[in-house]
Amino acid sequence: MADTARDPPPQHTDFHELEDGEDLFPEPTATLESEPASLPAEDISTNSNGPKQDSLFDDDPEDLFAEATEEVSLDSPERDVLLSDGPSPAITPITPPTSVLTPRIGLHDDMFTHSSFDEIEEEEGGDSFDIHISVSDPEKVGDGMNAYMAYKVTTKTSISLFKSHEFSVKRRFSDFLGLHSKLASKYLHIGYIVPPAPEKSIVGMTKVKVGKEDQSSNEFVEKRRSALERYLMRTVKLPVLLKDPDVLQFLESSELPRAVSTQALSSAGLLRMVNKAAEAVNKMTIKMNESDAWFEEKQQHFENLDVQLRKLHASMESLVLHRKELSVNTAQFAKSAAMLGNSEDHTALSRALSQLAEVEEKIDQLHQDQANADFYLFSELLGDYVRLITAVKGVFDHRMKTWQKWQDTQMLLQKKREAEAKLQFNNKPDKLQQAKDEIKELEGKVEQGEREFEQISKTIRKEVSRFEKERVKDFKTIIIKYLESLVQTQQQLIKYWDAFLPEAKAIS
Amino acid sequence: MTSTIDESNKEKMRSVSVDLNHDASLLIDIPDALCERDKVKFTVHTKTTLSSFQKPDFSVPRQHEDFIWLHDTLVETEDYAGLIIPPAPPKPDFESPREKMHKLGEGEATMTKEEYTKMKQELEAEYLAVFKKTVQVHEVFLQRLSSHPNLSKDRNFQIFLEYDQDLTVRRKNAKEMFGGFFKNMVKSADEVLISGIKEVDDFFEQEKTFLLDYYSKIKDSTAKAEKMTRSHKNIADDYIHISATLNSLSADDSTANKKHLEKLSDLFEKLRKVEGRVASDQELKLTELLRYYMRDIQAAKDLLYRRARALVDYENSNKALDKARLKSKDIPQAEEHQQQCLQKFDKLSESGKKELTSFKGRRVVAFRKNLIEMAELEIKHAKNNVTLLQGCIDLLKSI
Repeated sequence: MADTARDPPPQHTDFHELEDGEDLFPEPTATLESEPASLPAEDISTNSNGPKQDSLFDDDPEDLFAEATEEVSLDSPERDVLLSDGPSPAITPITPPTSVLTPRIGLHDDMFTHSSFDEIEEEEGGDSFDIHISVSDPEKVGDGMNAYMAYKVTTKTSISLFKSHEFSVKRRFSDFLGLHSKLASKYLHIGYIVPPAPEKSIVGMTKVKVGKEDQSSNEFVEKRRSALERYLMRTVKLPVLLKDPDVLQFLESSELPRAVSTQALSSAGLLRMVNKAAEAVNKMTIKMNESDAWFEEKQQHFENLDVQLRKLHASMESLVLHRKELSVNTAQFAKSAAMLGNSEDHTALSRALSQLAEVEEKIDQLHQDQANADFYLFSELLGDYVRLITAVKGVFDHRMKTWQKWQDTQMLLQKKREAEAKLQFNNKPDKLQQAKDEIKELEGKVEQGEREFEQISKTIRKEVSRFEKERVKDFKTIIIKYLESLVQTQQQLIKYWDAFLPEAKAIS
Repeated sequence: MTSTIDESNKEKMRSVSVDLNHDASLLIDIPDALCERDKVKFTVHTKTTLSSFQKPDFSVPRQHEDFIWLHDTLVETEDYAGLIIPPAPPKPDFESPREKMHKLGEGEATMTKEEYTKMKQELEAEYLAVFKKTVQVHEVFLQRLSSHPNLSKDRNFQIFLEYDQDLTVRRKNAKEMFGGFFKNMVKSADEVLISGIKEVDDFFEQEKTFLLDYYSKIKDSTAKAEKMTRSHKNIADDYIHISATLNSLSADDSTANKKHLEKLSDLFEKLRKVEGRVASDQELKLTELLRYYMRDIQAAKDLLYRRARALVDYENSNKALDKARLKSKDIPQAEEHQQQCLQKFDKLSESGKKELTSFKGRRVVAFRKNLIEMAELEIKHAKNNVTLLQGCIDLLKSI
């Protein structure tokens, strides 16, 4: 297990403005590491000060030295140096290997009952969570296939972490993807449910690039803008992410190094796909002895939720489609009724038919608006949660992998011990010493493995609790909003038909 | 599958035409009907005080084809050339609900038992609605005949009502079917004919222009209204699926969300019922109205064709007379023929004018009635929706 130490300072060569085509294996090692999930994090030198933000709300002394594995984080002075590490998180060995320092407290999952988590949550809530991010003003920059949409990201906040109370920056879609990629690589495998970024759409973007200024590309941009806004708001709701320097940089700094490895067809993208496939295979072969019923139950719960939410999402998409059809059909009928009214030779009836046409025209706009509400309020919410649940399932998978790693290390230790015993028996002193050294190292790794497993389990419990709370709140808020939109539509309908009734009665 | 209908339902259905069954001397209705596979068997019931009938109260079974036969014989009767013959009822069409039922069966595995049951109920209701509609449309056809001063006395009409054996033998055989097809072809040639003919009478000139234009417009409106109704039905179906999934979600949920989801599931179930009513009311008051008058206008157009043909005949007879006079041969026959044509044409024009005028009156009254009822129903359903939605919102805010 070579410590592929990546030296800080990080290699900045990755981030010079590369043309789209040039992204061909510039730094193979660097890009490889951009996918931490695929490789066991052995290369992570034991470092500490993991997400120090934990210490803010977690009284547990353990966390100060949490094996939060990957990196970064940290407070201001070192921030700028550590940042812009794109996909390859640099590791700053700030403290000596903590395996020596950390007292081995037998951490067991059941030590942390839910009630203590609730307390922790409430403490968090004590910090005034006052931040509002909006994504607006999509603007096309450039021309042809190199064109892109730039969005204005405005943050309004009273949190002291930020340099000012209100500020905005311009970001493009790949910046968001880059941010997510960094956050995912830092936090997913230690159990944080990092909100997934909005999906790429090659077709959608191509239309925009090519300059097709039509309704469908406008809709596409609006859909994306809305998704990006929701993404950022969800991201900052996670305390650990809000304090993350990458997030802060994303929101605040006017210049952001271009995240090139997020391109769909780049080598990094392809590598990601390959790794994901490998992961899937791996997942199937890990059989974990689940000692904790809580995890089993939650996993089942999320499986069910996934299935049902997908189904609901599909039904909502169908509803949106049908309502749009209704709007179109109503508009067509309105035109036809107008023509009929013109053709009608009985004056009063002719007028009534024209009025009918007008009413139907207004109604078609109503249906169109309702379809939008159906979509942006309800349907997109469901889509977001389908993706979020995939992230949740991913986090559970990481726990399994962490467990597997621990077990593997333990087995290796066992083998080494057996080998040592044999050597002892055969009396080979120099080899013996080497064996003893290896064993010592492995023992440390086993301890670390166990700690990591316990840490991730703990984090997941907290995260799941937070997630479920968020989910309940989110759903309730959005559903009430959606129902109110339905009420509005119906009330408008009443107004329109009420206005038409006297016209119909006036036919004589 | 057999279905019957009762009086109260029929009252609701009878909306499109104004009430026709008010002449007590001849009262006709279709109290029930049977649906076997593709065939619908109507029970035509007659109550009469007229001595021309053998019995005062009697019923006979009839099929759709019998109605068509009756219509066609009336159309072919020279004496009625100056009348608007009520349009034949359209063939019962269960294709749409049958297809949907088939699709539902295929998709059964993908939905919960509840969902499937609800969808099935919806479809059965749709099937029933189609059935009721077809009964109504056949009934109205007969009632229009019975309330018409001339047509009600028609011999074939009487046979239709009374003849207690199978009418099949009297119906079109294959040869006549071909004849009918041929007639339709000729009719489209007639359309060119009447457009081209030089009209001397202002009234008919106006009517011609009006009817030709109106027909194409109303045909278009009917199609568009149908599409609107279908969209409403689709939305109602979506609500069923949404309600079912919300229910499943609620069952699995152990958080505070459980109650939210339950209420929401209930709400969507209720909303879909309202949406279904919106769809069917719109269909009845708007689509059916347009469809009915589209067919009626076609019948009025047919009247104009017949009159145009009579005019052509008259003009031809004039030419023949002139020729005869030139040749000094067969003059009396030619004069006789010319007189006949003139008479026929005048008779057609006179009765045609009456018919067309009363037709307009009928149409305006029917439109008024239905548009008012449609607006009132839309308001009623929207108010209902508001109550349901607001109730759910208040509930959600409180838990």
